[in-house]
Parts: sequence; structure tokens; C-alpha cells
Amino acid sequence: MLKEENKIFKNLYNNFGWELEKAIDRDDWKDTKNIISKGKEWIINEIKTSELRGRGGAGFSTGMKWSFAPKQIGSRPHYLVINADESEPGTCKDRDILRFEPQKLIEGSLIAGYATGAHICYIYIRGEYIFEGQRLQTAIDQAYKKNFLGKNACGSGWDFDIHIHYGAGAYICGEETALLESIEGNKGQPRLKPPFPALVGLYGCPTIVNNVETIAVVPTILRRGGKWFASLGRPKNTGTKIFCISGNVNSPCNVEEEMGIPLKELINTHAGGVVGGWDNLQAVIPGGSSMPLLPKKTCETIRMDFDSLIENQSGLGTAGIVVINKDQDIVSCMARIARFYKHESCGQCTPCREGSGWMWRILNRATKGETTLSDIDLLEDVTKQIEGHTICAFGEGSAWPVQGLLRHFRKEVDKKCSNDPLIKKKKDVPYLIDQHLLEKKNA
Amino acid sequence: MSLKKVNPEQPKSFEFTEKSKNIAEEILKRYPEKNKKSAVMPFLYLAQKQNNNWIPLAAIKYISKYLSMPYISVYEVATFYSMFNLSPVGKYFIQVCTTTPCLIRGADKIVKTCKEKISEKENQISKNGKCSWTEVECLGACVNAPMMQINDDYYEDLDETSSAKIIDSIFKDKILKPGSYRGRKNTSPEKVKTINGTDHA
Repeated sequence: MLKEENKIFKNLYNNFGWELEKAIDRDDWKDTKNIISKGKEWIINEIKTSELRGRGGAGFSTGMKWSFAPKQIGSRPHYLVINADESEPGTCKDRDILRFEPQKLIEGSLIAGYATGAHICYIYIRGEYIFEGQRLQTAIDQAYKKNFLGKNACGSGWDFDIHIHYGAGAYICGEETALLESIEGNKGQPRLKPPFPALVGLYGCPTIVNNVETIAVVPTILRRGGKWFASLGRPKNTGTKIFCISGNVNSPCNVEEEMGIPLKELINTHAGGVVGGWDNLQAVIPGGSSMPLLPKKTCETIRMDFDSLIENQSGLGTAGIVVINKDQDIVSCMARIARFYKHESCGQCTPCREGSGWMWRILNRATKGETTLSDIDLLEDVTKQIEGHTICAFGEGSAWPVQGLLRHFRKEVDKKCSNDPLIKKKKDVPYLIDQHLLEKKNA
Repeated sequence: MSLKKVNPEQPKSFEFTEKSKNIAEEILKRYPEKNKKSAVMPFLYLAQKQNNNWIPLAAIKYISKYLSMPYISVYEVATFYSMFNLSPVGKYFIQVCTTTPCLIRGADKIVKTCKEKISEKENQISKNGKCSWTEVECLGACVNAPMMQINDDYYEDLDETSSAKIIDSIFKDKILKPGSYRGRKNTSPEKVKTINGTDHA
């Protein structure tokens, strides 16, 4: 269990107040000027030492990302964009940071902006978080009043401004290039990479895009040292992480824990256990809906970090844990996720736009027991045809949960296939046979 | 992709009020001079707020002139994002999250309550003209599932009774306090272990 002193987000439940004064009591904005005076190189190196990996889902090294920004500011200004478009089903960690720890985010933005040469920062908040956006705006105003932002921010000699940009209910805008398109005033459809945003991003200028949680942990890492952060968790999977535990648990909650904590411990100690006891567990979605689910057998031993989950053909993603117990129909749960992806596909690439609809329709029929066995093979085929054939990772995100379902719960899915009047079980029937003759009464 | 219906009855003209114009000028300052186009989403929000929570085509035309953009680009943005309403919604617009984390905690019961109390179909304004409801995708409060959003506020940790109570009171124009309806503090773990009224401890 994570010791209280090692927690970064002490005010995750708003026990101590979110206002600037209260945040300063919790050591926010302490020595910020000092940290910045140590220079870009030092900051980036310290983040590299900490082995901090992006908290938005992909788990890319943050220090590395920052070092991709051009060293000298040329004719084009640099931008920092913070991704607060949190819409992954199962995830609600950024919301708490925006509501209760806004100063950590603002301070982190200033430091990240300085390290990457950006004078302007845009925070892209999902449109539904109206209250959270207002709260963040109040916090920004408070910081301006104290001269922590604006000209010569915090006495560092660096000018820095933060603007909030609201999204409008499009999941795809959480993808970094779609997010940039959205800020530019277009439909949120992802761009081809390369060029990567670090070189050609917002308005064609070098842009660093980071998740809220990634930026919010930066000040604490720099104050306590990269080595401290690296000492938590496991090598390459260091530090702390906010886990969101939802679904069939007795007390769903957000909790900050060390990376690499066993899933069973996490659910039992923090979320009050699975509804109906551990034996009633059916499956767990470990990292937001786009990560393949884990069967109970794997849940017994799995550790929650990037690498162990990848070894088990899943991923940490955003660490939104959805617990599904045996009272739920797993097929209809996944059919609902497929419907989510069908609804949220941006429509740019054909495999994803059409495929997400196919997957939803087949799974939806499966929940009603109207599928045939060959439909399920077709479903598997569709997921393979989406994966890797789209511009952004949405294709994988929509195909992986269905693949996970078929990998671990094929039996449950097959049980639903009662509609198999012509072709008998898995019989290899030539394509052009008179299929009605297979039925005895027609013969 | 979501399908959007444009309202058949459209007002002839639309213009920002003096107040909205001031806000619009403030918004424009956030973006670089030559990238005025970035303000299209905030402007659509502004128009929606000014016009009873929906955007008429005249407003799209007005914004396209304001930002010197082609009409179709603004139309494209207005139809792409699900939060821009192109037809009227109730004074109280209820959005019920029904994605998996909410579904397994009983979001279907909230939908049932909405169907009984407001209207049989989504996006239909209730008989008393005050309310309309719709199913939406994940609203990002999964730990507080099931939940719904009424205009700007999140109502969390709901069940059949509490959602019925909330809807009844907004019919009387009395808005109840947003937040958790099981009395817990934000996203912290609860001590009482009840789910939908039954004891699971």
C-alpha cells in the first residue's frame, strides 16, 4: 500500500479544500521559481530519471516527448496543449484533478511550458465538464492574481498564459491530433502521423500534448526528485497512479496507488471487494473500455502496470478498472461498449466507421440469441480487419475489447448462437452448396 | 457517428445580443489573430446558450460571417459534435449515461424512470413542456455510476427512487442539489455497502 507521505494528490476527495491558499499549504507553488531557474535541460533530465510515462493511455515516456520539441524557438511559436477530454468509459481521474487539485495542474503547465519553450497553453476540457471548467478557470484567475501566471510568471522570467477550450462531446477528440483539429475549429478527425505534433502541431507549430495527470505530477516529481518517483512501483513502470474502480464492487472509488499493485489487492482493500464475493467475479476491464478484458484467472495474480498488462494481452490504458461480476451478461456488456464505439467513430476511415457498426450489430444480435456460429467467426474477422488499418488508435480501441471477449469468453458467446438452422456446428460447408438441402425436412 | 436532426421550423434571423457580443470579443482574444476560426466552438456554445439551448441555422450563418468562414465549415462542426443541439430541447435537458460502467450499476432503471415520467421516446419534450431526455455515451463519472446530467449539473449515485424524486422536483421548477445521492463525498470509498437499496456487505 502507498504510504500517505508518498501520495501526490492529497486532496483527491476534497477533504482539505481546493483554493489557492489551501493548495499552497499542501506545498504547491513551493520553490517553483527555483525549479525553473535550474533550466530546461535539468527539468527534462529529471523527468527522464523519474521514468514517468504518459498517463493518458499510451504510456509514452514524458521526458522523451518533451525532448522532441525543438531546442530553439524559431519563427513559429511553441504550444503546450493539455488533454482533459476524458471520455474513456471507466475513467474519471482527470475530473478530480480539475476539481480538487487545479493548482497542481497549473503549476505543472508552467513548468512543462517552460521546458518545451511554450508561452501559451490550451487546456482542452470535455464539454460536459462545465462545472470542472469553471472551477479550473477560478483557479487560473487566482493564480493570475498572485502573479503565478502571466508576464514573468512566478518570477521566473518566463511569460505564460493558460486558456481553456471546451470540447463538445466527441470521444475522438481525446486523440491528440483530433484534439488539435478541434482547437483549430474543425471537425475532430485525427491527422496522419508523421509529422508528429512535437514538430507540426497546433496551427502548424511545434506542440506538446500531455494528459492532465501527467502534467499534474510533474511539480511534485521535481520538488522531491526524479529518483524518489522512480523508487515507487517497478522499473519502467514507476510512480503512483490514480485508479478508478467502478462496476460491481461494493464501494467504487478513485484511489491513488503505487504502480504495479496487484489487482486483487486494489479491489479488495480500496473498493470493498467484488459484489457477491471474489468468487463471483467474472471479468475485469483493466484500463478503460478500449483495453481487452481479463478473465478471473488472470485477475488473481495480475499486477497493475503497463508491462505486466501487455504481457497478458491487455493494457493499463487510463487505469479505469471496470469490474464485472457473474450477475452480468458479459456479451451484453461488451455489446454496449461496441455501441459506444459505433457512436463515437469519427467517420474518417472506412474500416473503423463501417466495422464498428458491424461489431455492434453482430454483438447486439448475439445478446438476443439471434446469431449463428459463422457470425461469430465473421465478427472475429471484422475485428482483425479494423485493427491496424486506421489513421488513429481508435480502430484498435474498438476492436480490442471484442477480441478480448472472443479470446476469453468464446464459450459464453457460442452459447448465444441458437440460430443455426442450416449449417450445423462448425461443419465445413462449401460456399455455393444448396444450403436449404442440409435441413432434413427439405431434403 | 451520431445522426442529427435539424429542426424543420427555423427562425428567420439570429444575432448575438450585446452581452454575447462582449463575450465573443473576449473569446477571440484567446486565439492568435490569424486563427479566428478556433473560436467556432465557443461561439456555437454562446449561440446555443442565447437561444434556449439549441442552435438555429440562422445562427450558423451568423457565426460563419462573424468568423469569415464558409457556411459549410461551421455546419460541419455543429453537426459533428453531439453537444450542439440543432433542434429544441426541454428547459431541463436530461442526459442519462448508459455506457457499460453505468449500465452494470443499473442505468436501465433510470432510463425506465425517464420514459415513464418524461416521454416514451428520447428527445421528445414532455407534456408539460419542461423536460426532455436522451441517452448519452460515457459522461466521465463512472465511479459515481449510475448518473445523469441535467443542464450543467451532475447527479450521481442514483437509483430508481432518487431519480424519480429529482425529475418530479424539476417539474415544479425546484432544482435539487447536484452531486451524490447516496450521501458520499465525491469519489471517496463509502463505508455503507448498499447497492440499489440491498445490502451487499
